Amino acid sequence: MPTMNIIQAVNDALRIEMKRDPRVVILGEDVGKFGGVFRATAGLFEEFGDKRVIDTPLAEGGIIGAAIGMALYGLRPVPEIQFSDFIFPAFDQIVNELAKYRYRSGGQYPAPVVIRTPVGGGIKGGHYHSQSPESLFIHTAGLVVVCPSNPIDAKGLLLSAIRGEDPVLFMEPKRVYRAAKGDVPEGDYTIPIGKAKIVREGDQVTVIAWGAMLHEAMEACEQAAAQGLRPELIDLRTLWPVDIDALVTSVKKTGRCVIVHEAPRTCGFGGELSSLIQERCFVHLEAPIRRVTGWDTPFPYTLENEYLPRAPRILKAMQETTAYEA
Amino acid sequence: MPDTHAQSKAAARRQKSAEPDDLISVLGPDNRKDAPTDLSPDELTKIYAMMVENRLVDERMITLQRQGRIGFYIGSVGEEAAILGAALALRPQDWFFPCYRENGVALMRGLSLRNYFDNMVGNGEDPVKGRQMPNHIAWRPANYASVSSPIGTQYTQAMGAAWAAKLKGDDVVAMSFIGEGGTSSNEFHVAMNFAAVMKAPVVFMCRNNQWAISTPLSRQTASETFAVKAMAYGMPGIRVDGNDLLAVHRVAKEACLRARNGEGPTFIEAVTYRVLGHSTSDDPKVYRPDEEVEPWRKKDPIERMRIYLDARGLWDAKQEKKLREDLDVRIRETFAAAEAAQGPTIESMFEEVYARPFWNLDEQRAEAESFGTAPKH
Repeated sequence: MPTMNIIQAVNDALRIEMKRDPRVVILGEDVGKFGGVFRATAGLFEEFGDKRVIDTPLAEGGIIGAAIGMALYGLRPVPEIQFSDFIFPAFDQIVNELAKYRYRSGGQYPAPVVIRTPVGGGIKGGHYHSQSPESLFIHTAGLVVVCPSNPIDAKGLLLSAIRGEDPVLFMEPKRVYRAAKGDVPEGDYTIPIGKAKIVREGDQVTVIAWGAMLHEAMEACEQAAAQGLRPELIDLRTLWPVDIDALVTSVKKTGRCVIVHEAPRTCGFGGELSSLIQERCFVHLEAPIRRVTGWDTPFPYTLENEYLPRAPRILKAMQETTAYEA
Repeated sequence: MPDTHAQSKAAARRQKSAEPDDLISVLGPDNRKDAPTDLSPDELTKIYAMMVENRLVDERMITLQRQGRIGFYIGSVGEEAAILGAALALRPQDWFFPCYRENGVALMRGLSLRNYFDNMVGNGEDPVKGRQMPNHIAWRPANYASVSSPIGTQYTQAMGAAWAAKLKGDDVVAMSFIGEGGTSSNEFHVAMNFAAVMKAPVVFMCRNNQWAISTPLSRQTASETFAVKAMAYGMPGIRVDGNDLLAVHRVAKEACLRARNGEGPTFIEAVTYRVLGHSTSDDPKVYRPDEEVEPWRKKDPIERMRIYLDARGLWDAKQEKKLREDLDVRIRETFAAAEAAQGPTIESMFEEVYARPFWNLDEQRAEAESFGTAPKH
């Protein structure tokens, strides 16, 4: 099995699906000859030509609006939004149009568009190259939201997304784009949408994370284990539909829960997860559910490591929640 | 050496756009009987009957809204030629991306009057299953895309569908409508720019009906016309008498042929007038004087076609009377049937959010169903 990073795994998935399905087209800013600013589409222009790997004018609303029209017509567009911070000019097309097209047309017009976009901070990108806007899209009825943490999941989930019938926001954690490596199976395989993965088993506290923060949470779990704690770490992989059964099973076992995400705390996905778990596990809970998140500030440049929920903050929350006695 | 040919071409284009009074007309002010058209007598009487049907449906629906029998209506009174004349240039395989006044096109392309009325009352047989307010339909058998209220999004999607057809090598054109108010939106710019760059086979229609709810066209643009905007994007901008069905049909057909020949998009400004309010939700007397409306009533597109057909001996008062009487009965009976149909099930509210409902929708459906039908407010 070849060792790949997330960019190579995404690239591999796109190549496999473009070979398999002539309806798949890629469009976006700098995705063609240049191969994308993160190189995720490198080599695809040369292999599939300018009719299937298309450099567009610079307008995110145009990219997504065009992709919707293409999907209605019968193609399988996979547009790239260069940074998720730039997705907002397309917000209306995503929220009011793409997400609602099947429903509002009475099921006559599915719009299977997969929007790939890098998310998250930790690359010295400042406010406009670091945000994690997942909760805005999870809140939008009609969208599937995916965020893998490693190349194996990235490839399998992207193939599932493109083959699915729903619009998908496929968020790629850019901080670990190259750092997260793994032995990726060759050829075609899929990982199902909507299934979380238990990365580390334990019975004392459930830690929930995804994307780049999964790696911070993993580090915190290792430090906690060294201190004698037994944490269970869950990688959500698909944010919506969230794998509620996996969360409930775990928290019923541990009775304690720490949720980690980069996005600001208020109205972040952690709030929703906390509520879902509390509604289902109330009598099993031994301590309040803790959120370890980005602060309720714009994403800062110089102090990004103080903003991000790094391992020491996660570890402290795990220690406090396991020590908690009512 | 400067490229004198290119310069003179540019000068010619500037010259053309500098004549905002240059309005393409075929019927002319007198609706002359020798007005040229490639529409056959049969096609002419059919499209005329369609215009009348569109008008009578609009008038009836407005009355029903006043009676509280439907929740809302937005029609196309006075704009039938701009809408139906353009869509008449399309073939069955072509696509249509409506704004929200083009419901007559769905009827013309095969949507049954019954299904249209099903949408008016939002019953269980509504093609969009009671999920959208009246006039927000979709009709896949005719490649009639879904109506949304936000301004301009359909232009961008039409560009995408046309582009997809071109990528697949299909002989298909997409047509979309926008109001002159919509030309102020970001979507207008994005769609026009992408379409021209990609040479997408799309026909951009603009109903310049001069009012966007209460906002006059002088608040939408400082350009002399809307058509001149097309030049900056690198596509032809045509300005046509929108109350002249023959003229609108002619320029739309030419635009479709350009698109099919690989020459890319065309923008057509159909100059017309919104003689009623924006919708049943506003009273235009609050924001515009009646005197402004009166001259446009005299330029009614249906009346102009009737005079023309009459002069050509293709239509007479007896046919007119019969058409209107038959339509009146058909509209009343069809609406009564739609009104009597069952509403959508609670279950249907949770379907088609996704291809298959997720666990949360299953849970919430069960909860909603446990309460049954809610009391009316």
